[in-house]
Amino acid sequence: MQQIPCPWCGPRDDWEFHYGAEAHVARPETPSDKSDEDWMGYLYLRSNTKGPFRERWMHAAGCRRWFNVIRNTVSHEVFAVYKIGETPPPLPGEAPAAPDTTER
Amino acid sequence: MTGMNSPHQTNRITGTHVKGGGRVDRSRPVSFTFDGTSFSGFEGDTLASALLANDVHLIGRSFKYHRPRGLLGLGSEEPNALIQLARGNRTEPNTRATQIELFDGLVAQSQNRWPCLKFDVGAVNQLFHKLFPAGFYYKTFMWPASFWMAYEHVIRHAAGLGKAPEGPDPDRYERMHAHCDILVAGGGPSGLAAALAAARTGARVILADESTEFGGSLLSEDDVEIDGLPAADWVAQVVAELRSMPEVTLLTRSTVNGYYDHNYLTIAERVTDHIGAVVPNVPRQRIWKVRAKRVVLATGTIERPLVFRDNDRPGVMLSSAVRGYAVRYGVLAGQRPLIVTSNDDGYRTALAMHDRGARIACIVDLRTEPDGALVDAARSRGIEIHAGHSLVGSLGRGRVQGAEIARMTGDGTGLNGAVRRVDCDLIAMAGGFNPTVHLFSQSRGKLTWDPERFIFVPGTNHEPQVSVGGCNGDFTVAQAIKDGLQKGVEMAREAGFTGRKPAAPEVSEPKSTAERTLWLLPSTRPVGHKGKHFVDFQNDVTAADLKLATREGYRSIEHVKRYTTTGMATDQGKTSNVNALAIVSETLGVDVTQVGTTTFRPPYTPTTIGAYGGRDIGALFDPVRTTAMDGWHRENGATFEHVGQWMRAWYYPKKGETLRQAVDRECLAARTGVGLLDASTLGKIDVHGPDAAEFLNRIYSNAWLKLGIGRCRYGLMLKDDGMVMDDGVTTRIAEDRFHMTTTTGGAAGVLAWMEEHLQTEWPELKVHLTSVTEQWAVASIVGPKSRDVLAKLNDLDLSNDAFPFMSMREGTVAGIPARVYRISFTGDLAFEVNVPRRYGRALWEAVMAAGAEFDITPYGTEAMHVLRAERGFIIVGQDTDGSVTPSDLGMDWIVSKTKPDFIGKRGMARPDLQDPHRKQLVGLLTEDPNEVLPEGAHVVADLKPQPPMVMLGHVTSSYYSPNVGRSIALAVIKGGHGRHGQTLSVPLVGRSLKVTVCEPVFFDKDGSRKDG
Repeated sequence: MQQIPCPWCGPRDDWEFHYGAEAHVARPETPSDKSDEDWMGYLYLRSNTKGPFRERWMHAAGCRRWFNVIRNTVSHEVFAVYKIGETPPPLPGEAPAAPDTTER
Repeated sequence: MTGMNSPHQTNRITGTHVKGGGRVDRSRPVSFTFDGTSFSGFEGDTLASALLANDVHLIGRSFKYHRPRGLLGLGSEEPNALIQLARGNRTEPNTRATQIELFDGLVAQSQNRWPCLKFDVGAVNQLFHKLFPAGFYYKTFMWPASFWMAYEHVIRHAAGLGKAPEGPDPDRYERMHAHCDILVAGGGPSGLAAALAAARTGARVILADESTEFGGSLLSEDDVEIDGLPAADWVAQVVAELRSMPEVTLLTRSTVNGYYDHNYLTIAERVTDHIGAVVPNVPRQRIWKVRAKRVVLATGTIERPLVFRDNDRPGVMLSSAVRGYAVRYGVLAGQRPLIVTSNDDGYRTALAMHDRGARIACIVDLRTEPDGALVDAARSRGIEIHAGHSLVGSLGRGRVQGAEIARMTGDGTGLNGAVRRVDCDLIAMAGGFNPTVHLFSQSRGKLTWDPERFIFVPGTNHEPQVSVGGCNGDFTVAQAIKDGLQKGVEMAREAGFTGRKPAAPEVSEPKSTAERTLWLLPSTRPVGHKGKHFVDFQNDVTAADLKLATREGYRSIEHVKRYTTTGMATDQGKTSNVNALAIVSETLGVDVTQVGTTTFRPPYTPTTIGAYGGRDIGALFDPVRTTAMDGWHRENGATFEHVGQWMRAWYYPKKGETLRQAVDRECLAARTGVGLLDASTLGKIDVHGPDAAEFLNRIYSNAWLKLGIGRCRYGLMLKDDGMVMDDGVTTRIAEDRFHMTTTTGGAAGVLAWMEEHLQTEWPELKVHLTSVTEQWAVASIVGPKSRDVLAKLNDLDLSNDAFPFMSMREGTVAGIPARVYRISFTGDLAFEVNVPRRYGRALWEAVMAAGAEFDITPYGTEAMHVLRAERGFIIVGQDTDGSVTPSDLGMDWIVSKTKPDFIGKRGMARPDLQDPHRKQLVGLLTEDPNEVLPEGAHVVADLKPQPPMVMLGHVTSSYYSPNVGRSIALAVIKGGHGRHGQTLSVPLVGRSLKVTVCEPVFFDKDGSRKDG
């Protein structure tokens, strides 16, 4: 069983959490502007990353807060945890990213 | 000396031999039965050692050929001696005789034989062995497919090992969660050393070993001294020190059986199995779930069998096991053993047996020029050594009576001399040792092949862990202890402790010289001709099977494994995997590393499902939620149904009433008089904050900003794909507070859904969400007389003008503070009275008393369903399935055209959701008004005598409605809104019904009854 470090409660067993798939997929500000193609992309298309991945978790059996994790989807190594709205830390081996503007 | 009353045990070493004692308690004889015969052993024996003491070698029948089998090993690696333990529902199949501790009254049965062990009808399979080649299942049952049902019955009876109990397990199991700095798996020399070194730094240590006592291989050796002490005494000293440390947990009879992500390990502890009785308040077994900062794997080694002709005959055993039975249990597995060895370790067994009174038949050494201290010691005792010889095959009926040996060619691939017969009653195989890398492999560590020593050793680890001792390829006690001490300290330091490595003790042990590894001992004929060379004893896989698989084109061990089933038995190939791999690679002429390795998976040894279930069984399997009125329902004869975790009253049958009669009565009362429903289970969420109205406006499809205080509104919640997710009535309690209701089953999901949007999409909205489902008890007073009943309990003005439909009033009902909602799920006049949960039953009883003069009728969920269907009110999840839009339901009226956005708006605009041929909600009427359609039945336009037919949709809800006076049904049908009036068909088993499509409203079509 994996151990997920909740930024509010500390490390806990993964069964306490709800997995929220890829992070930083913001709901469009004005959905009516989006083409059917774009809307389908927002609804259904997610990257299926092998390796370090920015993803969302929610501490369902604890503080019920959503947060972001950078985790290797193959090795399950957890590299970083950051709160919603915080600037995402760089992926392992990546230069620091510009401040996150896609998600408030 | 044997105890006064204990019967003679043929093979028990007696006191005339100084070293004959063993670790059993000879003052405490124990009696047990095996296949109905009584035997005697001693406390401290395993079933295996006690059977051997009584010269019982035939212990089971093999899986495929039903060949007679005896003990091979000493511990959890045992593939043959599988036992059905105990009787009745306590029975447990496939337990290893080597791990069953003897207790007085133990009842053991052999397995896989009929009618009895000595004469087994299934053994005719041996005569037909050509019919059971590798890939037997794949080749035999391909055609015709329909015959599989017939084959299967026969195969299931013939195959398989023990028998499962027929009823529930009566024993109690528990789970224990633990955290530690260092978990040490295995309590042999290296594990003890690692635990000691780590514990001395102050780290919290758990040391677990699968055996009854710590010491591992040291308990089976008589030629090792540590710091001048016999090895077992050193073990006792270390264990005593560990026991004195408060942060150390010592677990014996505890198998570390699973190694999962992030250093999460499971330990199966057998708490009372060795006592053989139920101990009050103590579980039979316990599963430990441990999160460890660092793990030390000290799982030791498992000896390799040698592959020669008929190497499965009872009396062919692993050399280290033979030695273990002699030294640890004081049992000679044979009086005239032959030792066949690739190394010096076999000589230790010869010496141990010889010094305890056995007459060694001879040592067959695969090496051409064995030398060294151990060889000299054997020679000095006059033991005959045949160097450069092969063991051609075993001889005997049901038990080893002899062996054929012959000189080998220099390269070890053939014979180079006459075959000689040697009389013996035991063959001890010393084929070298494999590191026990199962847990390392489970934790995703990469194995490395050591081409010098022909073993897999741990390579790159995946988890923060270390392997020490035998499982790391260090086969001497001195190195195991030294390494254990070193790594124990290192792991403790990594876990944040400081300390020095304890000084390594002086170890005196026999020195070993080089071994000679031969994977397949040469025989007089090619493998597969006359006799069998077993590789996997438990699944009956032979060297010939493996070679056949390679001839048929299999190259990867993962494929060979599945095709031949080698390594796929309950022992996961503990004794067979490396032999199989090597034979395959040798046959293919490629390096072992090219054939690949298989992955070990938890559990390391078979573990009772009950232990994993722990206490989460029966009533504790899943929480049951009950309402405040639950007791009343039970006292008044309600039947119940599960709705999610809730128990809801289903209907209240009067004496002699059927379900239909009771539901009809309840439905009629709710329309003509007054009914009472416990509606407490509906999800309730308090939505609070200055932006609460704006938030609801985004979450629901209709408009919420202008809802007046004290007013209620029905809302549909969609997902962003435009599909209906949930529904309910929400009421504005104050400017900044709403009381939301959801479906009973959807409550938790809706709360999570809204929390997610508040936290991740709209964090600027100031809204708090609180689940208040459990805080309110709800009694729904329904029907034309509901106002009269409520008026007796309440001084509110209940007139339509003062208290209109879809509004809420706060006051008291029967003296209880209450919120009364004028909302209705039947279409009739109704009042939902909400009171704090603790008053729920008092409210219910007060309403029942006040309603007595109106013949108030409590009704359950079945009548609730009928009543709502009469009005065509949907139930989300029953009439919808996640692919239904408001438009499909004919509920466009609840979708705002003016709001710029809400969840689901953009999704609904997709062209395919506008298609008029989508499945749409309709009503269905059968020709026969008494015929009730089955829910889920398909609806077709073009009826054919048999499938396939083009399906238009299916029935979602179907009931007999006493108020309409006929059956009614809801269905989703392609293009249904345009089909009103059409006649369609519903094919059923053996018949079909005609149905007429209609509007999904069957009663009170103009909705005029809501005001009473």
